[in-house]
Amino acid sequence: MKLQSTRNARLISFIVVAAVNLIAVSRAFAADPPDAAPRPAILIQNATILTVSHGTIEHGSILIRDGKIAEVGQSIAKPQGAEVINANGQFVMPGIIDCHSHIAVDGSVNEGSVSVSSMVNIADVLNPDDIDIYRDLAGGVTVANVLHGSANSIGGQTVVIKLRWGAPASRLPFEGALPGIKFALGENPKRSNFSIRGQEKRYPATRMGVEETIRAAFTEARDYKSKWDDYNKRTSAGEKNLIPPRRDLRLDPLVEVLEGKRYVHAHCYREDEILMLLRVAKEFGFKVRTLQHVLEGYKVADEIAAAGAGASTFSDWWAYKVEAYDAIPYNAAIMTRRGVLVSINSDDAEEATHLNQEAAKSIRYGGLSREEALKMVTINPAIQLGIDKRVGSIDVGKDADLVIYNHDPLSAYAVVQKTLIDGRVYFDRSRDIAERADREKEKKALIEKEKKAAAEKKAEDKKSDDKKQNEKKLEDKPKPPHSGRGSTADESGGVGSAADSDRGAL
Amino acid sequence: MRTRVFGACCTVFAPLIVALCLAPNARGQGGEPPYFAIRGAKIVTVSGRTAENSTVIISRGIITAIAADAKIPDEAWIIDGKGLTVYPGLIDSFTDLGLMAPPAPGAPTAGTPGATEAAPRPPQTQVPARGPEDRPGTTPWRDAADEVNLGDKRIETWRNGGFTTVVAAPKGGFFPGQAAVLDLVGDRAGDFVVKSPVAIPLNLSVTGGFGSGFPNSLMGVLAYVRQVFLDTDWSTRAQAAYEHNAHVERPAYDRTEASLATALQKHVVVLIPANNSVQIQRSLELADRWKVNGVIYGGQMAYEDAADIAAKKLPVLVNAKWPEAEKDADPEDKPSLRELRFRDRAPSAPAALAKANVKFAFYSGGLAAPKDVLKAVKKSIDAGLPADAALRALTLSAAEIYGVSDRMGSIEVGKIANLVVADGDLFEEKTKIKLVFVDGRRFETHEPEKPKDPPKGDITGKWKLTFTTPEGAEEAIADLSMEKDGTLTGTVTSKRGTGSILSGWASGEKFSFVINLPVNGTPTDVTFSGTFDATSLKGSLSLSGFSTDFTGTKPGARTDHAALSAIATEGAR
Repeated sequence: MKLQSTRNARLISFIVVAAVNLIAVSRAFAADPPDAAPRPAILIQNATILTVSHGTIEHGSILIRDGKIAEVGQSIAKPQGAEVINANGQFVMPGIIDCHSHIAVDGSVNEGSVSVSSMVNIADVLNPDDIDIYRDLAGGVTVANVLHGSANSIGGQTVVIKLRWGAPASRLPFEGALPGIKFALGENPKRSNFSIRGQEKRYPATRMGVEETIRAAFTEARDYKSKWDDYNKRTSAGEKNLIPPRRDLRLDPLVEVLEGKRYVHAHCYREDEILMLLRVAKEFGFKVRTLQHVLEGYKVADEIAAAGAGASTFSDWWAYKVEAYDAIPYNAAIMTRRGVLVSINSDDAEEATHLNQEAAKSIRYGGLSREEALKMVTINPAIQLGIDKRVGSIDVGKDADLVIYNHDPLSAYAVVQKTLIDGRVYFDRSRDIAERADREKEKKALIEKEKKAAAEKKAEDKKSDDKKQNEKKLEDKPKPPHSGRGSTADESGGVGSAADSDRGAL
Repeated sequence: MRTRVFGACCTVFAPLIVALCLAPNARGQGGEPPYFAIRGAKIVTVSGRTAENSTVIISRGIITAIAADAKIPDEAWIIDGKGLTVYPGLIDSFTDLGLMAPPAPGAPTAGTPGATEAAPRPPQTQVPARGPEDRPGTTPWRDAADEVNLGDKRIETWRNGGFTTVVAAPKGGFFPGQAAVLDLVGDRAGDFVVKSPVAIPLNLSVTGGFGSGFPNSLMGVLAYVRQVFLDTDWSTRAQAAYEHNAHVERPAYDRTEASLATALQKHVVVLIPANNSVQIQRSLELADRWKVNGVIYGGQMAYEDAADIAAKKLPVLVNAKWPEAEKDADPEDKPSLRELRFRDRAPSAPAALAKANVKFAFYSGGLAAPKDVLKAVKKSIDAGLPADAALRALTLSAAEIYGVSDRMGSIEVGKIANLVVADGDLFEEKTKIKLVFVDGRRFETHEPEKPKDPPKGDITGKWKLTFTTPEGAEEAIADLSMEKDGTLTGTVTSKRGTGSILSGWASGEKFSFVINLPVNGTPTDVTFSGTFDATSLKGSLSLSGFSTDFTGTKPGARTDHAALSAIATEGAR
């Protein structure tokens, strides 16, 4: 979550926001119907193709079969039955990968009650109805690393999703992507900037305490793991009637971190806390996969590079709290030059709609090349998330996750025309605009229908009121109704008249 | 006690009187004899064919014969069923009707309290839970069967409306307790209980907000519930292992684990809340993950997910309180297309479920009166649900979902004599329910006498009531809804809880209504009466031995956003 004032300032600075973002679209209209039936091949023609991996192809074509990129080149013959997208004068780049997102979450992104909330899992609460999925699609994002918030030293489990708007939650996760876990250092986990009235301050309250909290949790996880190892060893040796260790959902993911089966994405700002985490990780024998925000990363870039951690930062977003003051727009470029794998992320549904521009800023600040800039929102976050074999560049065999812009995506004038995931068009600007009238019409009709039903009910009420008034002689005083309760025959102390079959009375 | 003088009819039925004297009447109290014959009625059995001009024999609470030529026992009361239709008693498949008021919600409870706790318990001090081990909002040992409250005025209202049976569940917290099937008749609380436990209802909504203890997010609740099910499973296995080998560290006793394990061993269903499509899809996975016999409750957006539900074979309890536009909604708040579609299509969810062969039942879901449930079901019929499927969803399907279809839910020989006798089709608005049998006991319904004057103006809306009690100044919100004839329905919410209006009316400029609320732990009728105009109310409220004046105003529909500010300060960044 960002502070409101920061957000406004940024909105003013970057007015180039696709208008489509402001329009709520029902998911039923937005995507192709999700079906398992084989789809025709798609041929994108006449485009400027920014492959990211092997340069730019002018007037190039991309052939998509079964959701994968089948061919990339100067001229590709149109296979029979293939759909053609004529991208004349337009630019195609790999779908943008946002390495820090909080979209598509049902409920709070923070389980803020405890300092180690590793038992919770964002994957449990994915919300495919979140309109931000569609808005970010309209900004060219195809993959998002959906993170838990930063309220805890060790936060919840995280999940990488594809923005398959219209599909149920079970189809959002990126198949085979390693899950992650959120860590957070500094002011948020130690709750420097707010306190909750009537509640004791939560431990930890200092950076020292944050370190100790992480250390304690992993010490516990190590013991827990050895208990299980011991139990499994003894049962496989044939011992009977052993009491198994208790499954602990809080420690399970930490054991996975120790075993290298889960990535650590650590929210951090200051150089000292960055170095602290790298030391603790080394001590316990796990890797920090990405340092998130990492605004002072430029000060300790060599240490980050040596530890093999990735850095995922903002272009120029800072000063929203004390720990975010010592920041410079050269951060991404300096870390890149020092050998750190750097991505630019959004941490915000709106910011995510123009990550192409955010990446472009490090050409101006730090002198990165066009390709290096593009990499920071494509192949670099793909590597950081361990999904670079599938996405992040336009190469044969990769998923057809593509964005088509009307201008150079590194320009402020670029507007997304189409966004494809797995070779399926999930956002189409012209279709969106064309369908707005229909949606408005349906909305109006439904509102009218509700109004009409309400009016009919009122009219009916009035009619029967009038009827009653005519029928009944008005009396001076209102009489309360009897309670309307039936009487039980049991309570009547006698035999009821209902037994009188001659009268058939009831 | 009402008394009705029974006159000359007695002499006509001398054999009956003899039978009365001879039979060791289990019902006691010198009431009606337990033998009835409804002769020549249309019998809608639900389980089999509908029979015209047939007879049902009821003996000592059980249906003993259904046939056109059934032999009527000498001792039976004969009811002429000409022109009448007999239905199985209706079942409200999820409610808190008939139970005592819940304890204060959200209060964490110790997992292993030493003393036995009698419900209702006094509100506990709010100590934020520090993790799953503190068992927040978890009282699975509470059994609806132990909390039956004969003082609940709704019992009579709903019985008169044709509901002979409810599945009642305790409220409050994530694991509020265990649900029981109750027949709405009895001299003692124990008489109500047909079967217990039948279900473990879950509530997954977060009550505490950001500053509160664990869990305070949806994902936290889901993790917590999963951990509790894992712990329960562990506890069962650990205890078993310990019985075989006591020479190891003893697994600790935990009341939550013990009571859940006992209930789950009886194969009770676990009720999972899921109303919209996202929740429904999630619940399908949760049932698998928790390894429980899941039943969805809510289900109003099931028109989108019926096929998926069918594939997982999960039954659904459909909330009959259809979504609608909020009465006092801010006119500037434009509903989304998705929301509008939901309000339009929700009543079609049962039809979609029926078409996909999903087992489903209806529940009242906060509807205040039984006739409102029938009206809501009629809406579903209008939206494509076959009428016989609608009736089944109010009777046999509910019984099947809870494993009591061997004893109720249809008109069959051997089943409990829960019957509704009406003068026409149950779903027609003009139809009147004439008689209701619960456990073979007969209840006659009377049309309530309405006040004569039509109301002057409309009292409908949200009113803020202020008054003073011995404990100081208090406020309450009365959400009133007036019908054409002045009948009032709605709720009153105060710090003491929410009470539905049991009966109420507006007439001229006067009004009166009664709610039932826990006062110092005892369910108490509170009567509000006074005068009203378009913008204000005044009058007095009274309860046993106490009365005070109140005034009421209609506050604007503005929302207080202050509560959200704490959340805004917690940066994700």
